[in-house]
Amino acid sequence: MHEPAETVTIDLTVNGERVTRGVAVRQHLADFLRGELGFTGTHLGCEHGVCGACTVNLDGRLVRSCLVLAVQADGCAVETIEGAGGREAMRLLQAEFHKHNAAQCGFCTPAMLLTAAALVEQQAVPSREEIRGHLSGNLCRCTGYQAIVDAVEAACVAHAAPGESHS
Amino acid sequence: MKAPPFKYARAETLDDALGVLVSHGDEARVIAGGQSLMPMMNMRVANPGVLVDINRLDALRGISLSGGVLRIGALTRHCEVLASQDVARAAPLLALAMPHVAHVAIRNRGTFGGSLALADPAAEIPAVCLALGARLHLQSPRGTRIVPAGEFFIDLYMTALEPDEILVAAEIDAAEGAERAAFDEMSRRHGDYAIVGTCVQATVSEGVFADVRIAQLGVGTTPKFAARAAGAIEGRRLESATIKMACDALMDDIDPSDDLVMSAATRRYLAGVQLGRVLARLAA
Repeated sequence: MHEPAETVTIDLTVNGERVTRGVAVRQHLADFLRGELGFTGTHLGCEHGVCGACTVNLDGRLVRSCLVLAVQADGCAVETIEGAGGREAMRLLQAEFHKHNAAQCGFCTPAMLLTAAALVEQQAVPSREEIRGHLSGNLCRCTGYQAIVDAVEAACVAHAAPGESHS
Repeated sequence: MKAPPFKYARAETLDDALGVLVSHGDEARVIAGGQSLMPMMNMRVANPGVLVDINRLDALRGISLSGGVLRIGALTRHCEVLASQDVARAAPLLALAMPHVAHVAIRNRGTFGGSLALADPAAEIPAVCLALGARLHLQSPRGTRIVPAGEFFIDLYMTALEPDEILVAAEIDAAEGAERAAFDEMSRRHGDYAIVGTCVQATVSEGVFADVRIAQLGVGTTPKFAARAAGAIEGRRLESATIKMACDALMDDIDPSDDLVMSAATRRYLAGVQLGRVLARLAA
């Protein structure tokens, strides 16, 4: 084990590309992604884990990037909204968000999409209650939840029954 | 909303982590999931000089059920506890409480041991462990000691953990089948910390309740074991008069205080209403 230090060199994969950088250990992952790498689709609302706008995938699991230190992502694979466009779930969600006008100001949208994509990929079509529960950690400051739940529900249906929905 | 400067070390073994605690004393703090510590640091409520990261200690992770004992490693994530068939079978009260713990992204990161070690009085896991009489395994360079949950929570965010100790696991005696459990919680938004929450487990035989265990969250500076309320039910059938006696007795078990959300009197009232509802559900 290395001695406790204030700066550490980390080596990780971000959106499929290998990144090596020296970081201050106090820097959280969201600031690293935005400030060091320019992935500004990761938004910062509250920086204490309440709003969910900074949600990214860390080794395939949704996390709040304001509650993970950049140094803790050493050796991990990070996916931000910029790297998620190739996922089938994301294609469906983008179409349904457009159709249902589910992106209002857009601030919560990247994290809302990443969070919803995990649900869409679970195959079984969730109930609206389950969709709301899954998204409960993501705040929409426009309070546009109705349209968001509509869009996620439609994307889940389309994913579970490909070819039957043409949105 | 940025953490102040600190030093960081990633432990590769438990001995590494204990070594940092020994050499840096009070200045050092363990980070597990970090889902409470990170916001506290970002808001500068917590200001550790040295952070020792135990996230890579796989030995502290996992759930096992053997010999009638459910063991949950301290580094087990909330999502893993939530999905565990062993937990559903051996600790139904915990299984009922877990869906109330946080939101998806927090559950993917937050840990069972971290919730216990933080000891937020409004958190679900400490109260459930208190109700179930969990045994907490604390390790230091001096060895391992086992502390019952009833002696672990000392005051607000204060536990029996010494500065050189790490919580490594919790053990709970597995349910044997005659137990009935119920959990309820009131919060401003599902997944948030509770305003008031209630845990009840009892063994029911021909309608008679025995080995009654009640704990509440959000009603004091620690999770509260409601021994008087439980005593009012012990050996009785859950009729409406018995439920009322338990709710009256509860008032001597809990000690809520005023806070930003509501007054102590309101919280006390809600705690009684909620216990009544949970018991009525068990009686049905």
